Amino acid sequence: MEFQLPEYNLWLMCPEFFLTIWALVVLTYDLTTKRKSGSMVGYLAMAGPILTLAVAAILYAAGLYGYGRGFGEMFFNDPMALFFKVIFLGTAFMAIGSSFGIIRQKIINHRGEFFALMLLSTVGMMFLASSNELISLYIGLELTTIPLFVLAAFFKDDKLSVEAGMKYFVVGAFSSALLLYGISFLYGMSGTTDLLQMKITLAIAQLTFQKNFLVVLIGMVLVTAGIGFKLTLPPFHQWAPDVYEGSPTPVAAFLSVGSKAAGLVAFAKIFVNGLQGYYDPSTAPVDWGQLVGLLAVIAMIIGNTVAIRQSNIKRMLAYSSIAQAGYIMIGMVCLNEHGLAAVGYYMFAYMFANMGAFAAVAIFEDQTGSCQIDSYRGLVKTSPALSYSMAVFMLSLAGIPPLAGFMAKYKVFAAAIAMTTTDPTYNWLYWLVGVGLLTSVFSLFYYTNIIKQMFFSREDSPYKIVCGGPGMTVLMVGLIGVLLFGIFPEPVLNFATSISAAFGFVAN
Amino acid sequence: MVESNVGPVFYILAFLIIASAVMVVSLKNIFHCALALVMCLFSVAGIYILLNAEFLAAAQVLIYVGAVAVLMIFAIMLTTNLASRNIKQVTENALVSVFICALFCLGTIFLLWATPAKIWRYATESLPVDNTAIIGKYLMTEFVLPFEVVSLLLMAAMIGAIVLARKERS
Repeated sequence: MEFQLPEYNLWLMCPEFFLTIWALVVLTYDLTTKRKSGSMVGYLAMAGPILTLAVAAILYAAGLYGYGRGFGEMFFNDPMALFFKVIFLGTAFMAIGSSFGIIRQKIINHRGEFFALMLLSTVGMMFLASSNELISLYIGLELTTIPLFVLAAFFKDDKLSVEAGMKYFVVGAFSSALLLYGISFLYGMSGTTDLLQMKITLAIAQLTFQKNFLVVLIGMVLVTAGIGFKLTLPPFHQWAPDVYEGSPTPVAAFLSVGSKAAGLVAFAKIFVNGLQGYYDPSTAPVDWGQLVGLLAVIAMIIGNTVAIRQSNIKRMLAYSSIAQAGYIMIGMVCLNEHGLAAVGYYMFAYMFANMGAFAAVAIFEDQTGSCQIDSYRGLVKTSPALSYSMAVFMLSLAGIPPLAGFMAKYKVFAAAIAMTTTDPTYNWLYWLVGVGLLTSVFSLFYYTNIIKQMFFSREDSPYKIVCGGPGMTVLMVGLIGVLLFGIFPEPVLNFATSISAAFGFVAN
Repeated sequence: MVESNVGPVFYILAFLIIASAVMVVSLKNIFHCALALVMCLFSVAGIYILLNAEFLAAAQVLIYVGAVAVLMIFAIMLTTNLASRNIKQVTENALVSVFICALFCLGTIFLLWATPAKIWRYATESLPVDNTAIIGKYLMTEFVLPFEVVSLLLMAAMIGAIVLARKERS
């Protein structure tokens, strides 16, 4: 039998290799110090994402890294892959930085494993971002989620944490079964797992038979359900509040940003790339745009209204992240040059604000043991640094100018408006924008409630919060990101616009 | 669908799969449920053989029947009193779930029925005789990257399982 080995282009995968090896280094270091490594293993893990970025930058400067393909068609660095890899590495950095409290107090025996699993999950996300084919996409998604099942249950003595891990495991297994079932339908229709090839084959089938086949609808619904679980898109969102509440706070943060960004990449690759021909009101009911738009509307309504009633801050942030998923999906259903750019920029801004907010919650929880919103009362008098940064993160999540969250929401809505003005058949997008604007007002209520508790309460807080070095670093990174990219969004926006250009949407 | 493969054997296997799958979710004794699952997985392997996919059938028997199901039975037998106890399999949401499952099932069957066979790729041609060799070739050439990433995935799962299952000394 003849073998034709594909061209490897291993340089393109160096950041992934490096992070994998770094995860093993972290794991072995903890073992060689006989589990007495203390915070040292945390610093070592925190250096991982930074060094990975540095490796990529050095290789880029040497002309060895950049856009391109490796392993035949398996590994594909397009603008979207590179943009989201930066988001994944940033998320990992901030999640590791906010876990120093729990490695001192709670995770005594398995510090190395904790960080190694987090880094391996990041490697999975990076592979996912570079996949251009359904099988490698699925394996990347699994490598992302399987370490997260373990991380969610990492407090083995805590019933809530074990419950969170178990719930996430069952839901995750169920959702990947749905995703695989959907993928099998798409494969049956197109005869290929390569997404670009799939787009072409489906278009040819559409032209040859002169009609749309409803069978694609089954595949679309199943894949939407499978990825919807990762994105916490209603009606697949019920697991999120329980899992976020029970799992360790840095893991909840990692779930809410990293896992969601991974789901977004998978969604964009399958739907915006592979099923682009099935986005058109004329192909209804085989039109994924309106299906996903409906889910986005439900996400914004459910997330924003239920969050108001929460008394636990982690549950509140879980519902807030459901609502944010709704806003992001508005950008996803706008197939023009602004749509995917808005998604990328939104995720970038959301990473800084949400990871920062979770870091503040983690620091507060480590020193007080409480996650109740009530216990934040009067915090500004005793610990101003934490309170002011928390306030900025909340305002950014609510979308107040000049913070990055405002620019992100504006870009998403602007993409939808641009879509409707170019083609009146997409007038249903006005509904999305309307619901988005209306629910943003609701969201102000619960985000500012935290600020009200911290700043406008007469009592003094009984807690004095001291931010350690790593925790403070994460808060500073979040603050700088939220302010800097809110005031000067152009560099990120330009990079993000090349994402939509790579998917074939160019300004006329 | 390929007409030549739909014979009495197919119907017998299909009946076995559906019947044993229903038994998995309805029987009162969890040990019997696991045995029904073994039966279900075996019958699926039979379908693969009907479709000339011998490698897939062998992998199905080795991994699902040989490893997964047997492990499951071990776990049930080693857990105290679990094998002889009767469990309640009906949830409070039984009506809703039956409704959703029936809707999805009927919808899928209708859509598959309404779709002409020529839409499906490779539906009318049978698998080549040396398909096992072809799978091996693809795993070592085009799909070598996902194949290697799976080993990373297994390592992560193994580390996780050890962390969760280990007894802490304190």
